[in-house]
Amino acid sequence: MKAVGLLMLPAGWLLVLAAIVLFPSPALRGAFALAGFAVEVLGLGLTFRSHLIPREEKS
Amino acid sequence: MASPKFTELTTLACIFFIFLVPFAAAGLALMNVGLGRSRSAGHMMMASLCALAVAAISFFVIGFAWQGAIGEPAYALILSGKSWNWIAAQPFFFRRLFFDGSEMPLTALLQMFSVGLAAIIPLGSGADRWRLRAICLSTAILAALTYPLFAHWVWSGGWLAQLGVNYGIGRGFLDAGGASTIQVVGGLTALAITWILGPRRGKYSADGMAPAIPGHNSVFVLFGCILALVGWIGLNSAGAILFTGAAPSSAALIGINTMLAASASALTAAFITKVRFGKPDASLTSNGWVGGLVASSASCAFLSPAEALVIGSIAGTAITFSIEWLELRLEVDDPGGAISVHAVGGIWGLLALGMFGEFQRPVLNVAGDNVAGSINGIASGQWLAQLIGVATLLGFVLPLTYMVNLILNRFYAYRVSVEGERQGMDLHELGAGAYPEFMTHTDEFFPR
Repeated sequence: MKAVGLLMLPAGWLLVLAAIVLFPSPALRGAFALAGFAVEVLGLGLTFRSHLIPREEKS
Repeated sequence: MASPKFTELTTLACIFFIFLVPFAAAGLALMNVGLGRSRSAGHMMMASLCALAVAAISFFVIGFAWQGAIGEPAYALILSGKSWNWIAAQPFFFRRLFFDGSEMPLTALLQMFSVGLAAIIPLGSGADRWRLRAICLSTAILAALTYPLFAHWVWSGGWLAQLGVNYGIGRGFLDAGGASTIQVVGGLTALAITWILGPRRGKYSADGMAPAIPGHNSVFVLFGCILALVGWIGLNSAGAILFTGAAPSSAALIGINTMLAASASALTAAFITKVRFGKPDASLTSNGWVGGLVASSASCAFLSPAEALVIGSIAGTAITFSIEWLELRLEVDDPGGAISVHAVGGIWGLLALGMFGEFQRPVLNVAGDNVAGSINGIASGQWLAQLIGVATLLGFVLPLTYMVNLILNRFYAYRVSVEGERQGMDLHELGAGAYPEFMTHTDEFFPR
């Protein structure tokens, strides 16, 4: 889960970069960039989850 | 291309403001000391000093060569017919830095202080368990790689700054006082360090409780806030002059906005904690204060005072809840609150510039190019430029700093031994406590 979360962060960023290059229309570019940002947020959520401390390791 | 020459007045104003910046570092260092345990107080201050020193030297040796300055040589990729300037092409050791009255030495000086400030931010998160040599190692990477690369994209005419010129996205990514380059980069490094180190022993118990481990000196923390204010006024003013082309006279507006944002944020945090817990919480109020300063950094030169007040209030609310959420729900043990204050506060400040920013004057973002367009931030598409900058921080800077520190941790363990943590960082790493005349109480130790 940690690796997936960490990979989703740059994946979302690449979507944002693709939006800049591929879409000249401001509305479409904004929507695509927001979608890329949403992927990053999901990746961040997964990375946070993967760092929760297992119950047996809690003192 | 030669750097544009400043007038004597602008140079003098810049130097004055830059010399205030170390106060911000002193303030953050004092806050980190006060929010940590007494048995690690000396270690924290020593770590702050070492971080400043390592950051300055790493930036001198490598960092500035990769950061560069506006209008100086850089490497660029050509993508869809547009130039994407991604890294500077300066020689190492400041060898192309000429003290000829140009703005470049001023930029180098401000950056040297700024990178030290960014390096101090993660120390609060790693308090009570991060080894001194590991701190120096991590700081060297921050000052030589992470910070210069991102700062080049934002402050040295890099591809984020070029978004306005190349693609008509607002005025390109804007950040007058370092909300992204200093604060969010430092805050995300703090998050990476906290993940790698894990929580302090005894912080999370098997029954699901997360007992508070209070800071040992609230006077240090609150005094640190006032010192930080002085430094932030210098940082925001110098950054606005050097990186957005603001006139020295705009320092009055910048100072007012900085003060108002901090005040609104601190009072909001105090009010929320008073309503929720019955009494205002000193550490959360001080975190709110610094969070307000952080949130003001990006947009300090482009706001009206009333807007600064709104931005500060939202920052105070976001930071107060974020600290609790990170600690209790996401199990991120961040004794200094650095992640919430610097990463969350900074990201909010960057996005707020896209929403509230007003551009009455041309903005210097890329040499020779001033992007005309709508005065209002939202109408001009500035929100998108800011969103792209934030996406770059989360999608590039966070994985980079996490992976680099994770690899370094494999070769040299970042976390102190169990015995060292029990003994305290002062005795274990420095051989002497910060307060040798004090009695140590048993409740300062985690259960054995």
